[in-house]
Amino acid sequence: MAKILVVTSGKGGVGKTTSSAAIGTGLALRGNKTVIIDFDVGLRNLDLVMNCERRVVYDFVNVINEEATLNQALIKDKRTEGLYILPASQTRDKDALTAEGVQRVLNELSESFDYIVCDSPAGIERGALMAMYFADEAIVVTNPEVSSVRDSDRILGILQSKTLRVESGLEPVKEHLLLTRYSPNRVQKGEMLSVEDVQDILSLPLLGVIPESKAVLKASNQGVPVILDTESEAGQAYADAVDRFLGKDVPFRFMQPEKKGFFKRMFGGKE
Amino acid sequence: MSDINTPTSQPTSSKHKKPANNHSNNNQLNTDSACFQLKGSMLMLTIMELYHYSHGHFNEQMAVLTKQAPNFFKQTPIIICLEKLAASAEIDFIELTQVCQDYGLFPIAIRGGSEEQQLNALIAGLPKLPAQKQKPPKDESHKNASEQNQTDISEAKETAEAGGDNANQPEKDAIIDTSRPCKIIDRAVRSGQQIYAADADLIIMGPVSQGAEVIADGHIHIYAAARGRIMAGAKGNMSARVFCQSLEPELLSIAGHYKISEDIQGQHWGKAAHARLVDRQLKIEKL
Repeated sequence: MAKILVVTSGKGGVGKTTSSAAIGTGLALRGNKTVIIDFDVGLRNLDLVMNCERRVVYDFVNVINEEATLNQALIKDKRTEGLYILPASQTRDKDALTAEGVQRVLNELSESFDYIVCDSPAGIERGALMAMYFADEAIVVTNPEVSSVRDSDRILGILQSKTLRVESGLEPVKEHLLLTRYSPNRVQKGEMLSVEDVQDILSLPLLGVIPESKAVLKASNQGVPVILDTESEAGQAYADAVDRFLGKDVPFRFMQPEKKGFFKRMFGGKE
Repeated sequence: MSDINTPTSQPTSSKHKKPANNHSNNNQLNTDSACFQLKGSMLMLTIMELYHYSHGHFNEQMAVLTKQAPNFFKQTPIIICLEKLAASAEIDFIELTQVCQDYGLFPIAIRGGSEEQQLNALIAGLPKLPAQKQKPPKDESHKNASEQNQTDISEAKETAEAGGDNANQPEKDAIIDTSRPCKIIDRAVRSGQQIYAADADLIIMGPVSQGAEVIADGHIHIYAAARGRIMAGAKGNMSARVFCQSLEPELLSIAGHYKISEDIQGQHWGKAAHARLVDRQLKIEKL
């Protein structure tokens, strides 16, 4: 039986797809057979981040409508062993996601995979609801700014009420907070909410803090999950988050403002 | 028996309460059409344990007792316990009731006794209550007491169906909660969520986020930060109060008298505080 994991946020542009790609890759790198499903029907993105856009033949909606089998639609990642992508349809809309169809696909995937990562679209409409409905665990991606935090709070409320686990009286969905685009320097200047501020509002266990990094944009544009960039702070922070997700006790890094040395002060660091 | 009020506002299945119909899913449902509603309740009652009875002796002892504790004998309902009485003893319950009433005690039921005694009591208007379980014999103080009857205070169950055939009910059914129901939420209330405690107090053990709404007809206690819309006394209870560990609400209202976030900024913002109505003015004080 696979564990179903939803990566969600409410707000758009906070890093759901980046995080789904990184965490899915991280899980596969640690020997778990993993599939990442793009639930953003109509605004397909995951294939770009995973650099498999040229290999999409059939998609998630085709499988739901039984126009294709899962094996036809699943794309095997070329870099990471045991990682598969189920892309979204670009020509359809979210109404194509029926509860029965999604459940059937998830059940089928469940038989052969260890982890199913559902990359949720933004918003709280059908796509997002379908992505979270069957989840066992949820990673709530939040940026350290007030509107993102409030949207995450809203999503957490929905996770508590509109999931299969709740409706069937099982233990509620296990929630994790993933703080992305974190800039300790800006926090120190008071321009950004701190980890403590966000946790105070959301009161949620912290899975990881991903520092704001140029490596993320670069990786997305190149179609490489940022976790594979082991040189970058963001890549290392995602690796830590995956380890924590798998139960390892890893200390948090990249949360203190960097002390600027002589050269940095002379030639200026990134702001 | 199902006349136990659960701590939440969930209605219990309550066939006994509403013999008029069989709806058991909603207590509120028939309050408009129904003339009355029967409810179970746990009451403290005085029990008069009768050892033997003769009019003169009984009257005499009542007179002595009344002198000792005159305040006690003012419209006090009592239950007459026949368990210690000889089964053959014939008692004129109408007379006994009259004597009791003369002294301010009002027998409302009997407990124990033989079938004949129970029948006589019923004719006199005293229904029987289920007999008490046999307790292990205490020390001999009871027997040594020179009094013929002795009043002792114990918990007695007064059920809606007193007089019905419930003599075989186990005694543990007598645990009936009369406290007001109270809704307890032991998690965070998130943005967009709404919690309403109908006719009850509301206790929330996690933070109430901005954009969340918590409403109660009674008091509201929040054992964390209160950042959303907090409305106590929603049906107009002016004595309702709000307690919280950190006061940062978007809106705070008691019985319709409200303050918005802007009005609350100041010494109590972000602090443990409590709010109530004083002369129809919402007053916030340090907790």
